[in-house]
Amino acid sequence: MNFSEVFKQSNQLCKVSPDGKYLATCVQYRLVVRDVSTLQILQLYTCLDQISHMDWSSDSLFILCAMYKRGLVQVWSLEQPDWHCKIDEGSIGLVSSRWSPDGRHILNTTEFHLRVTVWSLCTKAVSYIKYPKACQKGIDFSRDGCYMALAERRDCKDYVSVFVCDDWHLLRHFETETQDLAGLEWSPNGCVLAVWDSCLEYKVLLYSLDGRLLSAYSAYEWSLGVKSVTWSPNSQFLAIGSYDEKVRILNHITWKKITQFEHPSSINNTKAVVYKEVEKRTAVGSDDLSLHITIGTALYNTRSKYEICPSPVQIPVVKPDPDRANPKIGVSSLAFSSDSRYLATKNDNMASVVWVWDMQKMSLVAVLEQTSAVRCFQWDPCRPRLALCTGNTTLYLWSPAGCVSVQVPTEGGFQVQSLNWHRSGDSLMLLGKEQLCLCYMDTDQEDKSLGCSFCLPS
Amino acid sequence: MGEWWTTVPIGTSLGNDEISSISHVTMSPSRQNNLVSMYSSLPPSRSSYHVLSSFCTEDNIPQCISYINQELDSLGLSSCIEASAPGGAGLSRVPALNAMHELMELHRRDMSTLEELEREQLKKCSALDHIQMNNSRLKDQLELSIREKSGLHETERQLQLKIKTMQSCLKTEKDEVQKLQSVVAGRASQYSHDAKRKEREAAKLKERLSQLLVDRKDKKLAIDVLNYLGRPDGKRSHWKTAKATVGHEGEMYKSLLNDYEVSQRSLMLENAELKKVLQQMKKEMIHVLSPRQPSPRGAAADDSQDQADSDEEEKPADSSRETLDQSCEYAKEQLANSIRQQWRKLRNHMEKLDSQASLVQSQLESNREMIPRETHKDEMERMRREVQQCKEFIHVQQQLLQQQLNTSFDDETAALLNDCYTLEEKERLKEEWRLFEEQKRNFERERKNFTEAAIRLGREKKAFEEDRASWLKNQFLNMTPFTDRRRCSSSDGQSALSIRSEPEMRMSSTKAQLAQSSTYTTFSTPKPSQSAAVPSTTELYRTLRLIPDSR
Repeated sequence: MNFSEVFKQSNQLCKVSPDGKYLATCVQYRLVVRDVSTLQILQLYTCLDQISHMDWSSDSLFILCAMYKRGLVQVWSLEQPDWHCKIDEGSIGLVSSRWSPDGRHILNTTEFHLRVTVWSLCTKAVSYIKYPKACQKGIDFSRDGCYMALAERRDCKDYVSVFVCDDWHLLRHFETETQDLAGLEWSPNGCVLAVWDSCLEYKVLLYSLDGRLLSAYSAYEWSLGVKSVTWSPNSQFLAIGSYDEKVRILNHITWKKITQFEHPSSINNTKAVVYKEVEKRTAVGSDDLSLHITIGTALYNTRSKYEICPSPVQIPVVKPDPDRANPKIGVSSLAFSSDSRYLATKNDNMASVVWVWDMQKMSLVAVLEQTSAVRCFQWDPCRPRLALCTGNTTLYLWSPAGCVSVQVPTEGGFQVQSLNWHRSGDSLMLLGKEQLCLCYMDTDQEDKSLGCSFCLPS
Repeated sequence: MGEWWTTVPIGTSLGNDEISSISHVTMSPSRQNNLVSMYSSLPPSRSSYHVLSSFCTEDNIPQCISYINQELDSLGLSSCIEASAPGGAGLSRVPALNAMHELMELHRRDMSTLEELEREQLKKCSALDHIQMNNSRLKDQLELSIREKSGLHETERQLQLKIKTMQSCLKTEKDEVQKLQSVVAGRASQYSHDAKRKEREAAKLKERLSQLLVDRKDKKLAIDVLNYLGRPDGKRSHWKTAKATVGHEGEMYKSLLNDYEVSQRSLMLENAELKKVLQQMKKEMIHVLSPRQPSPRGAAADDSQDQADSDEEEKPADSSRETLDQSCEYAKEQLANSIRQQWRKLRNHMEKLDSQASLVQSQLESNREMIPRETHKDEMERMRREVQQCKEFIHVQQQLLQQQLNTSFDDETAALLNDCYTLEEKERLKEEWRLFEEQKRNFERERKNFTEAAIRLGREKKAFEEDRASWLKNQFLNMTPFTDRRRCSSSDGQSALSIRSEPEMRMSSTKAQLAQSSTYTTFSTPKPSQSAAVPSTTELYRTLRLIPDSR
């Protein structure tokens, strides 16, 4: 495992191009494009204001930089640095900006969600879409880039419009049976659209591509409902995380619940491996019985390693304030591994714990208990390997073979706040508050010379 | 009727034996009426007189008198009855009358006490009756009240139970109310949060609106592009026409249909796989069950059932091999039912085995004292062995089942697998054939040897015959009329022959000794005899009839 040097970035705006060759980072109002393997600066662009949002086009040729305060979007070309494009939304303001799947249109959502403007980079055509809904996830493109689903709200009713991305032709427009639509997501095979209600009502609706309601699922009434929804990559499962600390899995044939995963505060499962992060403050040069070798330059090194805890295990629970809205309870993060074999979940009132479930056996496989709240976790796009970070200087990796905690070797400490895998699964991009670091994985993970500590289940 | 003999009430001082010795008649006043009614025809004086007349007669007056005096003494009265004249038949009147009067007084007193006592007794009887009645009434009352009490206890207990259930209901209701309250509170906070957010947004809108109204400089929205790009796929963009619209619809439906077809195909495959597995399972289960059942009756039943099953199997097998579009609802149901049936049978059988084993166990436990130890041990051993065998059998069947479940195959490979099982047998058979052939060859070889030996033997025999013939000829030619010479010559001949024969024998000993011995001992069969013993000379001569046997 090799770590690159640390680069500056602002706003956590660092993205690798879809073809995996370039890395674009934003530093204040500058856009820096580097080569991923050498990290050499290839291009440098300057925008008119501090960049609020940056994104690559799907063909990795263009980058859009949105400046929400100014209501501006600037598009840069990688091949032709001289080419420029500036979209000014004027007084109507800008709230979000995104590429269309073909990489030739930009969709800008105006302030107050008054409308979505579709700017074309090929023609002079401009399209407007009225009444977009301001919700958690109101727009979603299908994976093949053919269709776009947009949530609308008119006359206190929710609608979904399906557009053909080719020419922005409205294919379908139908009303949904939701009280207050909170989000929608296409299945990876592009044939089913999952639509869910806000947390005041537990309702998940499944519509087919042509607008027919396939199924409606509601686990319970009255209590706070759906918190997060995700599809499995093979479109076979739909995982719904809710405020009652449970994840329910629906299957794509009958759209009925096949199982539910619970997050109890005491784990009695003997088949699951519970990894507990244990921190040690060791002075430099002291010997340890553990596998790692101390490197660092600080006087005290906070090393952490995983220990396997025997069952039963108690998980620390933080009770949320009952009077506040959007309480910190329930399953807020769900992620399937790329082969749909594993599901990683995080329950908000056990924020320092990540649960890994096996979808073949429908049971708990591992529990990772960290010393502080988990900030981000992501699966390797190629293999069943989960990377997570908790805001300290350590990177944690889990795979079915075992757990690794790796210290990020930077001076001055680098607090890892979020991470992103490269699409090849060979490298990982670690984002701190204002810093960026790339971590290159070796094919052979057991590199003992860099302060990794391993934990293998028995 | 009344009692004639009654015991005198306890008040008087009379002893019982005294009374019994006298033929006395004492009558109670209550009985008097009876007696009177009995003797109604006779006047009372006359009855007493009748009795008295038997006691005293003209002759025994002084004895009577003395006796009466004694009695009076014993009663405590003055005994002063005397005869009016000595030897006379009369009595002195006054003492007799006094005595009579005293007796009457006594009697009257006795009667009165008797009356009183009887009255007392009556009173007491009636009091007793009354008390008994009271007692029984009170007992009844007590019982009734006890029953009432138990009834009340029962109702109290039921009420307590009801109270408990009510309390628990109340508790659950309270919990639910609390839960609902918390839910309501959560929702209320969520609503208020959302409302606040919307209010903020509305405020911002108002602000922006007012700003826009004031600030007339409307910044137009525009795009400033250096040059327009080509489409990503390089083609020209099309006009939006109705055809394009229809095209889009078509595309959408095509993709949907594709997806459905793919999923349907995979489901069909899965379905076929599962059906195959079920069929295999059914076959295996039938196989497992069939050898278990008792042979004569069971075989017939099994055959019929197998026939039925195989008939059933034919249908679903056929229908599954036919086009997948056909709905095999019926076949599916059939298969499922037959599987369930077989499984139930298997399970019952297992349960029977289990119960048998446990029964045997319990029987053994109960009959421990009764059966002798050895038979008990033997029984146990036998049963254990049986159970072990059954277990092993079941285990093997389970393994087979598992194997069948894990490996999915159709009938052709099943046949192939069956072939594989017989392959081992074939190999073994081949091996045995080979061995047999080898042995046959060995036997042939030996036979050849023996025939050769026989031929050799024949030849040697011929040679020997010739030799003998020539020797006989010599002998015949050398025969002399003298016995001594003959004897000498014979002895010479003997020695000569012996000398000659010994080298012969020494020579021939180098040859196959078998052949030699066979030649000299048995002339007929070339049977190999293992005895390598060389016959003695005299034996030889005897066989050759050169010397007479009897000498």
